Amino acid sequence: MLQGINLACVRGDRELFRDVNFSLEAGGLMQVRGPNGSGKTSLLRMLCGLSNPAAGEIRWDNASIRDLDGEYYAAMTYIGHLSGTKDDLTVLENLCISSALAGFEIGIDQAKEALSRIGLRGREALPVKVLSQGQRRRVALARLLVCKTPLWILDEPLVALDVSAVKLIQELLERHLQEGGMVVMTTHQEIDITAASTTQLHLA
Amino acid sequence: MAINWFKYSSPASFYSLAGKMIPLFVFAAAILLVAGLYVGFFVAPTDFQQGEAYRIIFIHVPAAWMSMFLYVVMAFWAGIGLAFNTRLSSMFASAIAPTGAMFTFIALWTGALWGKPMWGTWWVWDARLTSELILFFLYIGFMSLQAAIDDPRRSDKAGAIIALVGVVNVPIIYFSVQWWNTLHQGASVSVNQAPAMASTMLTGMLIMVFASWMYAIAVILKRVRVIILERESHTAWVAELHKKGAV
Amino acid sequence: MFMWIIKRDLLLAVRRQSDVLTTLFFFIIVVSLFPLSVGPEMNMLRTMAPGVVWVAALLASMLSLGRMFSNDYLDGTLEQMLLSPQSLSLLVLGKAFAHWLVTGVPLVLMAPVLGIQYDLPVEALLVLTSALLLGTPVLSLIGAIGAALTLGLRGGGVLVSLLVLPLYIPVLIFGSGAVEANMSGVEFSAHLSLIGAFLLVTAVFAPWAAAWSLRVSLE
Repeated sequence: MLQGINLACVRGDRELFRDVNFSLEAGGLMQVRGPNGSGKTSLLRMLCGLSNPAAGEIRWDNASIRDLDGEYYAAMTYIGHLSGTKDDLTVLENLCISSALAGFEIGIDQAKEALSRIGLRGREALPVKVLSQGQRRRVALARLLVCKTPLWILDEPLVALDVSAVKLIQELLERHLQEGGMVVMTTHQEIDITAASTTQLHLA
Repeated sequence: MAINWFKYSSPASFYSLAGKMIPLFVFAAAILLVAGLYVGFFVAPTDFQQGEAYRIIFIHVPAAWMSMFLYVVMAFWAGIGLAFNTRLSSMFASAIAPTGAMFTFIALWTGALWGKPMWGTWWVWDARLTSELILFFLYIGFMSLQAAIDDPRRSDKAGAIIALVGVVNVPIIYFSVQWWNTLHQGASVSVNQAPAMASTMLTGMLIMVFASWMYAIAVILKRVRVIILERESHTAWVAELHKKGAV
Repeated sequence: MFMWIIKRDLLLAVRRQSDVLTTLFFFIIVVSLFPLSVGPEMNMLRTMAPGVVWVAALLASMLSLGRMFSNDYLDGTLEQMLLSPQSLSLLVLGKAFAHWLVTGVPLVLMAPVLGIQYDLPVEALLVLTSALLLGTPVLSLIGAIGAALTLGLRGGGVLVSLLVLPLYIPVLIFGSGAVEANMSGVEFSAHLSLIGAFLLVTAVFAPWAAAWSLRVSLE
């Protein structure tokens, strides 16, 4: 269970938000909404432990993520604005290395299968620098297929994706939620995901 | 009567406390400076080896001491700020750096001035002068790093890490420079090797050290006040000060 | 994990060989400039050689520090490394080791050739090479702290030199001291043991400090 208690965020002199509270159970989806500059990305970076909240606490299974450290990272996958792929490596190498660094060492076959499911069949040996924005996004999202973590934190996962890819991601998220996973995401696109519980978090 | 010391760890109340303390330290610094210079230049006897030129140690030695002490004090406060997330201690660390760098510069400058009559050159690669030069680089590094970072929180923490790394390295650097110097048989007389010291010389020097401390504290407090105003400019109590025209 | 990060960085270096070669040629050019500026008098060059090679190695290793984290920072892979369940210090140690393999080792291998340009005796060449072999990893490790602290800052490249070069001084002193000692017929093993001690101490503490710096810089 992921909980945020009285979270506040300050950037420079400006307070972006304060007293943000939520709790996300297994199978739950939380969509973070708000206009540009309302602190959506800041909140997500806090949730994955990259930055500290100015006030409040984030808890994972009733323990502060500060104290859990590596244990929490093993349960969480974050995909942010930056793709987290190396331009000079091939699609296959990127997937193998990034999942190994996330603690999931996978074989070539498993990686190839994941890549073909995400729609990159035949592109495995290409360096990422020749891919389009949407394809790069797919390489990043392929990690979700191989890293079996319960909590996914996704910052604008649908940006640059075409209709078929959006549908694919939608199915992927639904399957993950059905299996008892949790998803925290931001998106400006309207997306219809059925989940056991859906929370909307509005940042003013 | 119990005094609530924690009250003064908040920037707002420290601001007014510092404001009251500064004149005291300025006053003490001025008195001690006049006394120290008087003892140094008029009371202390002429050195039989070095003549009148030695009198520069009344400025050189306190400055060199201060430069080293202040680096340690700076690293200490920066480390406290990093460990306990206390904003005021990080502000102190940032406020100490320029004063420390200034004392290092004075020590280098007066060392050169002393070197000229002693050895006939402005600069010798003496172990202590060289270490002082490296200390100057460390101060500059700390200040440039803090200046390059816009976000005050990151600037505090990054500065603290480099200050702590620096303070661990200072003894290592000092001993390697010392060793390097003995190997190369550079200067035979060390700049800081004080001649057999008359007690008045020692008194003069100690008074000057105290004067430097008082000056340093006054300037640092003043600088902390400025940093507090800068960082807290969005808060209500600073706005209040502006309204009163007190800033 | 440690092996993965080394494998990854080596693979990237292979794809971008020009980066490795520029560092190496920078080293060669700097060393070759000195005889041109002070004259080809062999006795003087021989006494200058250890210092010149070491200073050039310091500069070359420092120039390549920018690449240690900044590319990973820009494409988001560094962010992912921070979120890895494995220890970040170990990961930084891996990256520093890879940096040394890519920039330090070529310098070490090239040093004897450059030493010949300066007419160093064979034994001195050996001492120079072994001192560099022990000393260059220290440069990568200390450099990792500077690179992590200046991540994403404007003027980071110049700033990192201000932070890191003063900390390189002990290695420089003992590294070139070892060769000088050998050339003047003094026992040099103490110098090498001291550099070895620096290496051990930095291998323990520098990754930890650099990991901390990375967390501060990415916040």
